[in-house]
Amino acid sequence: MGLNSDNIGWNMNEVAQKVALDIHDGAYVNLGIGIPELVADYIPRGREVIYHTENGLLGMGKIASRGKEDPELVNAGKKYITAIPGAAYFHHADSFSMIRGGHIDICVLGAYQVSEAGDLANWSTGDPDAIPAVGGAMDLVVGVKTIYVITKHNTKSGTSKIVKKCSYPLTGKNVVSRIYTNYAIIDVKDKKLFIRELAPGISFDFLQKNTEAKLNQ
Amino acid sequence: MIDKVVKSAKEALAGIFDGATVMISGFGEAGSPVELIHALVDRDVKNLTVVSNNAGSGHVGLAALIENRQVKKIICSFPRTAISVVFPELYRNGEIDLELVPQGTLAERIRAGGAGIPAFYTRTSVNTSLSEKKEKRIFDKKEFVLEHAIKSDFSLVKCAVADKYGNLLYNKTARNFGPIMCMAAKTTIVQTKKVVKAGEINPEHVVTPGIFVSRILEVSHPADESKLVAENLKYDGIKF
Repeated sequence: MGLNSDNIGWNMNEVAQKVALDIHDGAYVNLGIGIPELVADYIPRGREVIYHTENGLLGMGKIASRGKEDPELVNAGKKYITAIPGAAYFHHADSFSMIRGGHIDICVLGAYQVSEAGDLANWSTGDPDAIPAVGGAMDLVVGVKTIYVITKHNTKSGTSKIVKKCSYPLTGKNVVSRIYTNYAIIDVKDKKLFIRELAPGISFDFLQKNTEAKLNQ
Repeated sequence: MIDKVVKSAKEALAGIFDGATVMISGFGEAGSPVELIHALVDRDVKNLTVVSNNAGSGHVGLAALIENRQVKKIICSFPRTAISVVFPELYRNGEIDLELVPQGTLAERIRAGGAGIPAFYTRTSVNTSLSEKKEKRIFDKKEFVLEHAIKSDFSLVKCAVADKYGNLLYNKTARNFGPIMCMAAKTTIVQTKKVVKAGEINPEHVVTPGIFVSRILEVSHPADESKLVAENLKYDGIKF
């Protein structure tokens, strides 16, 4: 379908930096596994953000350094991490009360597909041979106040990830507020997509040609 | 006189039966009661329904229990892990049933089970394939899904410190499902790194109050499951 090149637009570190700029001082934030984890490296100086990991920690610090890994201190991706001074541990029902009770401000997730209406598909490709696994994704999308998606604009084979209607099984309907890709930042408003910022060298026409969903300027 | 501390794994698992529902604490390897699970492999009880966040890694712990064909059904949120080999094979062969539950719903169903709440409504999984056959109800113009509580016959839980009354402390993110699984069981079996005298745990710091705990087994040097998995060890009823 569309053109796919890693040499144009932003790289994913730059995209993570764009997400970080939109995280306000004092925010409680949950970062999904993978690319969303990059966001933590780019919070601007002077802002304090508290990271929640759904396996029972508020105040997640950096990845544990070599030789200092503690098998009983891991994040949702089961990586060895650290806790900041002032961190808190709690059990799973409390942790998901923070999520489902609307106490977490921002969640940054990856995506297989996002639709014009802000529907998100990020847990299953519907492949009958795959082992189904959902984790906390469906809780996060309904409970966290603001859902940001960070993703490559297109798949490796060049298929649009920003679609009219998700073909993969949904994680949640009408849940995404903003999409950050290597080509653009796109807002979801009233079930329509609006360009907020284009990456350097990316024109609106180019973006629309490489996006299945209808974009608005 | 109350003293919940038992001397052996055999004593800890006394009464466990074929077809029981067993909750197993842990988030991946963190907080997984490996020694109690291995004792359950030794007991060779069959047709268990296991409630646990994951479905085991490598060939030890929960994976060993599944590999020994003791588990008929697993209720979990994320059966696929990086080094999960046993569950995928049995699942594809149709040898094990899976009930996939969103992680927060799983935690709340367990909590509800322990709190005497038969069911509750949640927004989680609305408009997804996981809620297709479930009862829905509108509150405040929004749709919610009815979810039922889960109780267990036995819960196997790992903690860090316990006293003879069953008051428990946990270690870091190894706490995860432990406290709510203690609440949801008819019989809660806990392995602890350390047993201390009553009064040594500050009452203000108790995480699981002793009323939720039935038996305590001290395992002072628990295996690090992630190491066992990394070394590709297989539990075959013999100590490593």
